[in-house]
Amino acid sequence: MSDTKRFLYVNRKAPHGTVYALESLEVVLIGAAFEQDVSLAFLDDGVFQLIKKQVTTGIGVKNFAPTYRALGDYDVKKVFVERESLEERGLSEDDLMAITHENDDEEDVSSVEIVDRARMAEIMAAQDVILSF
Amino acid sequence: MKLAVVVNEGPYTHQASDTAYQFTKAALEKGHEIYRVFFYHDGVNNATRLTVPPQDERNVQKNWSELAEKHGLDMVVCIAAAQRRGILDDNEAKRHGKGDGAANIAPGFRISGLGQLIEAGIQADRLVVFGD
Repeated sequence: MSDTKRFLYVNRKAPHGTVYALESLEVVLIGAAFEQDVSLAFLDDGVFQLIKKQVTTGIGVKNFAPTYRALGDYDVKKVFVERESLEERGLSEDDLMAITHENDDEEDVSSVEIVDRARMAEIMAAQDVILSF
Repeated sequence: MKLAVVVNEGPYTHQASDTAYQFTKAALEKGHEIYRVFFYHDGVNNATRLTVPPQDERNVQKNWSELAEKHGLDMVVCIAAAQRRGILDDNEAKRHGKGDGAANIAPGFRISGLGQLIEAGIQADRLVVFGD
């Protein structure tokens, strides 16, 4: 396993109701050990995964939202969120939790980039491996 | 071409596993190499030997097991997803105190970690995902 590939994890489903979001995150965390060029994409209902102040006590399931904020510690620094998906759901960047990583100057900088649908298509086209959840 | 296949849905409720099976079979017949088939999410349910579908229906699990035997396929079931859904091999059944004979993994499948999925993505020329 010498060469590095570009991995994109595409998250398209709401955080709860199905297990896809949680199990996608598990792949990302395990995958971090392989030191690949990793990006995450959030589109369609997947943008709900990044909503801040999630509370799951009412539905009796684990709240794994805080794990997204730890992505920087796993060297995951590129998180793309589709603008149209946010707008179609009445959301904006202000509704999203802060996800940061340390840059080369040891400053915390945002990992999140809001991109439009056309740009998202370009990002996808540039990947070697796309895992869609 | 060296291909890796990911199956993200269980048998019968969704078409994904059938389509993945047909794709894998066709790829092998065309002379392509299948580096690995990885089962994730409800896809792990394709690996239970305890399914007993009606006789006039396809047997999804058996299809996979027979294809694996014929072509020496490496079929890997994610351990974390399998544990959530009650898919156990002998080791896992023993480790979790589920008693003798609790293992239900079907022939041709093996239980391993998510690293096997990432590694398949790295090693294969194309990773093809079947899900919803």
